Amino acid sequence: MSTVAAGLSALDRLDRLARLDSPVHRVDPRAKVIATGVFIVCVVSSTKYEILGLLPFAVFPMVLAAEGDLPLGFLGKLLLVASPFAVVMGAFNPVFDREVVAHLGPVPITGGLVSYASIVLRFALTVGAALVLTATTSFTGICLALERLRVPEVLVTQLLLLYRYIFVLGDEARRMGQARRLRSFGRRGLGWHVYGQMLGQLLLRTFGRAQRLYLAMKSRGFDGSIRVARRLHFGPRDLAFTLVWSALFVLFRVVNLPLALGHLLVGAGR
Amino acid sequence: MSHHTITVDDLSFAYPDGTRALDGVSFGAGHGEAIAVVGANGAGKSTLLLHLNGLLTPEHGSVDIGGVPVTKATLPDIRRTVGMVFQDPDDQLFMPTVAEDVGFGPLNLGLAPEEVAARVHAALARVAAEHLAERPPYRLSGGEKRVVAIATVLAMEPKVLVMDEPSSGLDPRARRRLIDLLEGFEHTRLVATHDLDLAATLCERTIVLGRGRVLADRPTTDVFRDDALLEAGGLERPLGMLACPVCGAATARADA
Repeated sequence: MSTVAAGLSALDRLDRLARLDSPVHRVDPRAKVIATGVFIVCVVSSTKYEILGLLPFAVFPMVLAAEGDLPLGFLGKLLLVASPFAVVMGAFNPVFDREVVAHLGPVPITGGLVSYASIVLRFALTVGAALVLTATTSFTGICLALERLRVPEVLVTQLLLLYRYIFVLGDEARRMGQARRLRSFGRRGLGWHVYGQMLGQLLLRTFGRAQRLYLAMKSRGFDGSIRVARRLHFGPRDLAFTLVWSALFVLFRVVNLPLALGHLLVGAGR
Repeated sequence: MSHHTITVDDLSFAYPDGTRALDGVSFGAGHGEAIAVVGANGAGKSTLLLHLNGLLTPEHGSVDIGGVPVTKATLPDIRRTVGMVFQDPDDQLFMPTVAEDVGFGPLNLGLAPEEVAARVHAALARVAAEHLAERPPYRLSGGEKRVVAIATVLAMEPKVLVMDEPSSGLDPRARRRLIDLLEGFEHTRLVATHDLDLAATLCERTIVLGRGRVLADRPTTDVFRDDALLEAGGLERPLGMLACPVCGAATARADA
C-alpha cells in the first residue's frame, strides 16, 4: 500500500472510531474542543526544561481513550507516524545546549538533552490529545463545535470541504502515482522532475474540481454559508466536563505535582 | 409556474479562451417531456446544460424556463425549478454525510428543520437509498453516489431535471436501476448522454449536437436509424438497435 493510501485508511479508521458510542463520544463536541484547547495551551506554555511537571497531563488522553474504547495501539502508531516532526525539530538542542544540569549516576545530563526530551513529551501529549479528540468527536463534529464557538464561518467551511475532498484528492494522487510506477520499471522514473509535474497536475485537477464543486453548490442555492441541521446539546454534564478538566490542567500547570509529591515523601522520610 | 417547459432561443456561447462551444442553438421542451442530448465529446452538451440554470450566461440568445427568462434577477427561482445532476457525483456530494448533503439545498431554501428532514427522507426514499443516510459520501459505491446525487436534487422538488451523463461509470445492474428510476419521474427531463441505449429507452425525442450546433431534433427512433446523421454527429447506433453480434438475429427494436 502506498503511503497516501495508508494515510487515507488511517483517516477513515479515525472517522469510524468517532461513530462509536461511549460516554466520551456523547459529550458535546464543544466541551471536548474547549477542554482540549485548554490542555494544549497549558502543556505548550510549560517552561523549556519541564519534564516531571508534564507527566500528570497524560491522564487526559489516557482516560478519554480508555473511556472511549479507543484502540491504543492504533493511536500509538499514528503518533509515531507524526513523530519525525518533533524528533527533528528538537534534534539540535543537545548540540547547542551543553551545560550539565544533572548527573544520572556517572552519566552527565545536559540542559539540551532535557529540553529535547521536553519537546518530544509535549509533542506526544498534544498530538495524542488531538488524536483522541478526533477519534471521539469526528472531524465534522469538531468543525461544528468550532462554528458554534464563533470561529469565522469561512474557516469552518474550508475545514469541512478539506476533510471531504482529502479522500478524493488522495485517491487521485494514488492513481497518478500508480500510473507513474507502472511505467518506470522499478527505477525512479526521471526522479524529482516528474514529481514536480505530477504535483502541478494535481493542483490543476484540484482547480477544476473546485470549479465544478462550486457550480454544483450554486445550483443548490449556496449563498456563502453552509448550513447544517445537526443539533448540538450542551448540558450540565458537558459543562462539568469542561470545567473539571480545565481546572485540572491549570492545576497541573501551576503546581508541579510529581515534584510536590516527591518533596512530601522525602520530607516525611527524614 | 404551472408549465414546466424549456425554451432555448438562438443560444451562443464562447469560453474566455475563445473556444466556441455553442453556436445558435434553439429548441423547446414541453411539460413532462424527456429529451436526450447526444453528440461527440466537445459537441457542447455540458455547456448547453450549464445555461439551463444560469451557471453560464449566454453570450447571445436566451433561455426561458416555464415562461421565466433566465436572468440574474430570476436565478434563485430558476435554480429551485431546475435541478441539475452533474456528471461526477463527487462534485455534487460535499457534505459530511448523505443526509446532510441531501438537506443542503432545502436548508438553503430557508425551510424549517422539520420540513428539511421530511424532504431528505422523501428524496432518499424515492431513490431507495434511505439506508445510506448516515454514511459519509466517500464510502459509497459509484451507483450509490449516483442515486444520492439525484436525491440531493429531488429534495429541492424541482420541476425540471437536467442530467449530465447519468449512467457513466455504472455497472449494468446499477445502470438498469437508474434507467427504471428516471423513467418513473414525472419531471421535464433533459439528459446529456453517450449512452444511446439509455436515450432510446428513456427519451421520446433526441437532439443531436455537433460543434455547438443542433444537427437534428427528432423522435429518438428516427434519429438512431439515420446513419448519415449519426456519422455526422460522431455517433453509432445503440446496441439495442443493432443485429445480435453472436447469432445475427435482429432484436425486437431494430428497424421494425
